Amino acid sequence: MTSADARPFRVLVTKIGLDGHDRGSRIVAAYLRDAGMEVIYTPPWQTISGVVKLAMEEDVDIIGVSSLATDHLIVPKMMTALREEGLDHVRVVVGGIVPDEEKDVLLSAGVSRIFGPGAARDEIVDFVAALGRQSRSDRIDEFSEVNS
Amino acid sequence: MTQMAVQLPLPGFEQAQGEWRSQYSRQVREERPIRNRSGIEIQPLYSQRDWSGERYLDDLGFPGQFPYTRGIYPSMHRGRTWTQRQLIGLGTPEDYNKRVRRIIDAGATAISLLPCCSGFRGIDCDEVDPVLLGTCGTVINTTDHMDRALDGVPVGEISTAMNDPSPFTLLAFTLGVARRRGVDWSRVTGTSNQSDYLSHFIANHQFFRLSLPGSRRVLLDHIEFCRRHVPNWNPVSVVGQHMQQAGATPAETMGFTLSTAIQYAEDCIARGMDIDDVLRRFTFFFDISISFFEEIAKFRAGRRIWARIARDRLGAKDPACWRFKFHGQTSGVDLTRQQPLNNIARVSIQAMTGILSGLQSLHTDAYDEAIACPSEETARVAVATQNILREEARLCDVIDPLGGSYYVEWLTDQMEAEIESVIAKIDAAGGMYTAAEVGLVQTMIGESALSFQEQVDSGERKIVGVNCYLIDEDSTVPPADRPDPDAMLRHVERFKAFKRERSQEQVARALDALARAANSTNENTFEKVVEAVEVGVTHGEVIGCLRRELGFGHPLIVA
Repeated sequence: MTSADARPFRVLVTKIGLDGHDRGSRIVAAYLRDAGMEVIYTPPWQTISGVVKLAMEEDVDIIGVSSLATDHLIVPKMMTALREEGLDHVRVVVGGIVPDEEKDVLLSAGVSRIFGPGAARDEIVDFVAALGRQSRSDRIDEFSEVNS
Repeated sequence: MTQMAVQLPLPGFEQAQGEWRSQYSRQVREERPIRNRSGIEIQPLYSQRDWSGERYLDDLGFPGQFPYTRGIYPSMHRGRTWTQRQLIGLGTPEDYNKRVRRIIDAGATAISLLPCCSGFRGIDCDEVDPVLLGTCGTVINTTDHMDRALDGVPVGEISTAMNDPSPFTLLAFTLGVARRRGVDWSRVTGTSNQSDYLSHFIANHQFFRLSLPGSRRVLLDHIEFCRRHVPNWNPVSVVGQHMQQAGATPAETMGFTLSTAIQYAEDCIARGMDIDDVLRRFTFFFDISISFFEEIAKFRAGRRIWARIARDRLGAKDPACWRFKFHGQTSGVDLTRQQPLNNIARVSIQAMTGILSGLQSLHTDAYDEAIACPSEETARVAVATQNILREEARLCDVIDPLGGSYYVEWLTDQMEAEIESVIAKIDAAGGMYTAAEVGLVQTMIGESALSFQEQVDSGERKIVGVNCYLIDEDSTVPPADRPDPDAMLRHVERFKAFKRERSQEQVARALDALARAANSTNENTFEKVVEAVEVGVTHGEVIGCLRRELGFGHPLIVA
């Protein structure tokens, strides 16, 4: 399994819903790429089913959803869709503008963390890398269970 | 063009300057070069050697005189204050109506309308997760919706700026409302904001609707229709705002915007339109960042360059075409989620910047704009900011009050040179349409955005509350204002019923006529849009039809 761990983490950076402000997602994608991760970047306006399909096809460890308007409101539905497809190991982070009173809904739906404006580059990169390790180790566990 | 520093005979000047320079160096031993956002290096002092005023008449003139550096009208804000045009749009048409009537009762002479993001995206409300509807703008998909949104609003007396990208369904709905109320279209005034499809394509902002060639065609149809039938409407607003928000520097933004205006003007000429008739209706829309002097120089230089382009390059003979009319919006990108009340200070400075730059119309952001759509209370503070600057700070007493400042005039010249080099780069690439199509502009903006963010991350560029002067987070943000979900569901149900009950035959005929116009070379698509919405064709159906005939727009992603 160590050979699998050596692969760079694969991160899907995307925007779902209706808003197209992509300055943040482009910058974060560049940060993660420069930190050595493999970034799959999509334009804005993805559908939930499209993102889930892409996550599966691209075999990603982490999904980063950028939300500058109100698209974070449908992230819980994306979490459900991921679980329904058996992608429990995929970690999800949200970046952008999420009003305080709407954060709990996302976190209790399984979002690992919400990065707001001002989040430092290193903080984002380190956290995403840690999530990547968790995601990989989950999959090793699943693999062991299947083969035991 | 940038002028050379002129050496006027001033006995003792060099000696005095030398003395100051050595005193300065004793106090400031080591200094890193200071650059503005456009990359221009800024010196600690400017004097007559940097701007002598010798070319006053060529480069500045008087307000209302070519090249309009000091303002496009003789009396500027002293004669007539700028239009206070706050963006509004939230919830159902009824929600919008309530808010807009309060604004009109409070004395507004101009209104704006921001549609729901689903509209920008090109779809109707019955195709969207209802939780997202109306959270960023008003859900308006039909002429009936517009009629309800403008209930009691005197269409034909009040100027309306609508965020209405191609194919301009919101204007079509408004014309339908005017017809229902017996208001002649010549009395309908306002602006098709967001008609600049290139800025949308480039800055990847809000939506993709039609293919690039399709958008190009539809815009020209729209301009032609409006010039013929809605003569007091501004069909084109060339938008710098998206690009600066996406990360373009102020100089790049002005260069790209003027290049876009050149593109549209040349397209109109190629179509056989009279440039003197069309260009007078061009307006501009910009971001006003907090980079105070740089923005003032950007706008002063922009006015001067546009005047010369309109007259000399595009050949317009009527001075009305040379005047660079612009709406400014205080930049949301400069606002911070952290310590949000600080944004009131930022917006005041940005608004002051815009006013001193001689704008025609202004939107001031609310201090919670970095978090959500403004609440009524925060929107009131934003309007009050404009009133305070006019009435208490008395910024309107003198026209172009910074004109003649050595620094401001030098910087205006420098920004002009920088902007002209951006225009030259776009010209060399084959014009703005081609430069956007191949991704040149997008790459430049992406690089500038990343470089700006790196300066913030490294602490080289300081932002209070973000990378310096941090405090334990306070909680002064009012909760986000979300539309009433039940009212929204009722709105969607009513819309579905409307679609069931209208004459399906008329709808099919109208959509067929639109499709045929799109495929012909001599019919006007916007004329067919106006006819279609009269028989109940919806926003999403119009766009769906044109997408099928003219191609679907995909954003170009540039690394």
